[in-house]
Amino acid sequence: MNDLHRLSDNDVARRLAQDIPDGAYVNLGIGMPNKVAGFVPEGREVMFHSENGLLGVGPTPAPGTEDPELIDASKQLVTTIPGASFFEHSTSFAMMRGGHIDIAVLGAYQVAENGELANWATLDDKHPPAVGGAMDLVVGVPTIYAIMRHTGRDGSIKLMERCSYPLTGLGVVSRVYTDLCVLDVTSEGFRLVELAPGNTLGAVQAVTGAKIHA
Amino acid sequence: MALVPEGYTDIAGFALMVAVATIAMPCGEPIGKGPRMIDKRVATLAEAIAPVEEGAVVMIGGFGTSGIPFGLIDALASSGVGGLTIVSNNAGAGEEGISVLLRNGQVARVICSYPRTPGSIWFERRYAAGEVELEVVPQGTLAERIRAAGAGLGGFFTPTGYGTKLAEGKETRQIDGRGQVLEMALHADIALIRAEEADRWGNLSFHATARNFNPVMATAAKHTIVEARRVLDGPMDPAAVITPGIFVGSVTEYGVRP
Repeated sequence: MNDLHRLSDNDVARRLAQDIPDGAYVNLGIGMPNKVAGFVPEGREVMFHSENGLLGVGPTPAPGTEDPELIDASKQLVTTIPGASFFEHSTSFAMMRGGHIDIAVLGAYQVAENGELANWATLDDKHPPAVGGAMDLVVGVPTIYAIMRHTGRDGSIKLMERCSYPLTGLGVVSRVYTDLCVLDVTSEGFRLVELAPGNTLGAVQAVTGAKIHA
Repeated sequence: MALVPEGYTDIAGFALMVAVATIAMPCGEPIGKGPRMIDKRVATLAEAIAPVEEGAVVMIGGFGTSGIPFGLIDALASSGVGGLTIVSNNAGAGEEGISVLLRNGQVARVICSYPRTPGSIWFERRYAAGEVELEVVPQGTLAERIRAAGAGLGGFFTPTGYGTKLAEGKETRQIDGRGQVLEMALHADIALIRAEEADRWGNLSFHATARNFNPVMATAAKHTIVEARRVLDGPMDPAAVITPGIFVGSVTEYGVRP
């Protein structure tokens, strides 16, 4: 394991942000995905969608200007950018399910080589299940980017042939960004886009549960 | 005899019909005795919440801490009415909102998309003890099931959830080459709504992301109860109305904003 060189969460988010084109409408999931907004390259206008009814999410408000009823899907205080709009929930999910959002960035417990995503429940049934908007996003948004640590804190495999946790969607993930590499999901399975600096394919393959095609 | 409508041969028969019609009017006022005002304003939250009955299905607007009708929920908690089914995106957090209803043991069942907001201790406690049933619904499907109820539809097919645990036991169909799941309309007895402004006709506007589930829930209940930060003296600008008053049962001013 000591031959692996892991990126920080911020650096994974920064890498993913390079792939968000100018003019895109993008939904960011809770947690690591939410960091992506801070790293969009200068000169690109991107409209971030928040499922609770805001298109055009802006940065955290300056102290003293917070509006407690202006929040994002992570329940964090936000602002709006020029061109933003508010709307109610069924309109918000029409944007998501109806194919109007270009890209969704989602966290993942597991991703499989056939594009299966598991990100809403584990096999531990002590905790109540909570799905939120993830299942609607994955069926409606044409490009799904998964952002995640390559392995679990305990070293468990998270990129695999088939997910073992309950699925969020089938064949939905387009690309995976981890602290070790970027992988495309293709009809052959995972295909290497790039390795994080300092890593070898052999070392990354050793902590991946499915074949990585070079 | 010219005043008696065709088909009535004598004035006594016409008078009897008018009398019967008068008795049948809910407020006892005869037709044609001046305009009847539409006024949905109710003075107190306690009065507003009075129509909620034991075992009712209650939709509650809000997402996170935004757009939650905290005043109405507190009034419902004080009323002590129990056996409720709560339909909401979340299941409360901390010691406020839906958490109070759960703490009081007034909730038998929760239908929501995300019951695991940090601090959802009362939901977790009641769920772990088997004291509250949970139906988890994908968030967009929840909104659309509510919309279907308000729009008079029986249900709809959606690709959301197809092939997952949440579609188990549901009818499916291939439509446009995709697997889709039949989801049914979700009706409620009562909706509790938080609005920014209201007028006496029940027209509503909303502030920022406090809109969320409130407008769609307002359409799906037999009786929709609104707390508004401000109740206007006159009519709202028609172009500013987000929820038309036809969907609203009562409005009460409650100025507090979290």
